[in-house]
Amino acid sequence: MNEPERKAASIYSDPLLNPENQFWFESAAEERLIYRYCIACNRAHHPPRSVCPHCHSDRLKWGVSSGRGAVYSSSMLRRGVSEPYCIAYVTLDEGVTMMTNLIGFGSETPAVGIRVRVRFVLTEGGIHIPVFERD
Amino acid sequence: MNRKERACIVGAYEHPTRHAPDKSVAQLHAEVAHGALKDAGLDARDVDGYFCAGDAPGLGPLSMVEYLGLKPRYFESTDVGGSSYLVHVRHAAQAIEAGHCNVALITMAGRPRSEGSSGTKARTYNFLAPEAPFETPYGLVPINSYAMAAQRHMHEFGTTPEQLAWVKVTASHHAQHNPNAMLRDVVTVEDVLASPLIADPLHRMECCVVSDGGGAVIVARPEIAASLKRPLVRVIGSGEAIGYVDSSAMNITTSAASQSGAAAFAEAGLSPQDIRYASIYDSFTITVLIQLEDLGFCEKGQGGRYVADGQLIAGQGRLAINTDGGGLCNNHPANRGGMTKIIEAVRQLRGEAHPAVQIPDCGIALAQGMGGMLGSRHGSATLIMERE
Repeated sequence: MNEPERKAASIYSDPLLNPENQFWFESAAEERLIYRYCIACNRAHHPPRSVCPHCHSDRLKWGVSSGRGAVYSSSMLRRGVSEPYCIAYVTLDEGVTMMTNLIGFGSETPAVGIRVRVRFVLTEGGIHIPVFERD
Repeated sequence: MNRKERACIVGAYEHPTRHAPDKSVAQLHAEVAHGALKDAGLDARDVDGYFCAGDAPGLGPLSMVEYLGLKPRYFESTDVGGSSYLVHVRHAAQAIEAGHCNVALITMAGRPRSEGSSGTKARTYNFLAPEAPFETPYGLVPINSYAMAAQRHMHEFGTTPEQLAWVKVTASHHAQHNPNAMLRDVVTVEDVLASPLIADPLHRMECCVVSDGGGAVIVARPEIAASLKRPLVRVIGSGEAIGYVDSSAMNITTSAASQSGAAAFAEAGLSPQDIRYASIYDSFTITVLIQLEDLGFCEKGQGGRYVADGQLIAGQGRLAINTDGGGLCNNHPANRGGMTKIIEAVRQLRGEAHPAVQIPDCGIALAQGMGGMLGSRHGSATLIMERE
């Protein structure tokens, strides 16, 4: 993959890391998009937790996503911000949906269903986070 | 429980201010408390229950109880954003009916207008929440959360920008009669769609106002209510629920109003056809449309057709909503619109709404609140009230 995009001043604020979420962000730093799934009920979830929100089992594993998916919904925020940005929910091909940003679509809000793929960017403090661009 | 044993709303007061740079938040709480007590014909010494949410300065109810000099034997500070006060009415009624208190005061107030708040800025209350590291870097703010619900609703059901705009047009028709409303000009669908896009597909005129102010209500035991001079307004059904995104089965076009509403209607033994006035939380136009569907006023996906063409303007259809102008035109104090939703429903039941928007012989009313963010997680509460 390409080098992460580092802007003079990132528009992405820093996530607050803690022992439960740290591995997910460490994986992102290695440009791997991972997700939690439960081997008790065979369902995935996001954000990642230590207890399955579907069945309360603690038999959880990490899956590695292909990084490809489709836009569930999105919205370009145009006013009251220094630079417009497009928030979105993307449903990964593995079936789990995550909040993210869409980049590279210009000033348009992409339509529901558009295919996208992951790309990693840096936050203000240099933490890698996944965003998505047109596939 | 026999309806005559149900707790009653005996006092209601909406602060007339919409801009209060010269007052403190605690002071505004005190002013609305005084207003509601005066409306009820009660004294602060009669209050033995106190309810407030996160807009009250200090830790839970502690500082406001001291500031107001109250001696509550029952208190609560459940905070589910703008829907908190409807939850408080429900819990106050339950506490009264269980014998834990007799007169419950619920206050809310704030100064987001003076403090420069906006729906395009992140809320600071949940940076420590477990989901925050996965949301805040992406700039989740109130308007783009609701906007994603709107975009998805349009995709799934064919809802149009024109239909959404009718929610604002309806509010403006009502607000023209409210001398305290922040925005009193009647607007058209064209006006709404010509206003700037803030977060696609929502335009500026589809956003609620940012206003200072507040409101208070008082819930009391029916025997006390009967001894006062105000019309009796009974809480005959209520419900509460929390909605959130299931990342394995996405659905941001249905809200928790589907659960809180069903519970309230079941308890009251009524259906949406029995309601002729409804206060429906209107942080944004889409908020109204989705809640009307989820409460059962129309089928899921039919909200666009239901709100269009002025059918919800008082005197034009069989249901009227937000006859005070709602959060879209009248008032959204502390960025929390639930209290004003209750207050306008009480006005309608008492026959004290503006004559131009008063529903003739309004015997049953509904108030619906939603707090937090529809596109991520939110609280919902529904009240059904009856005038004796």
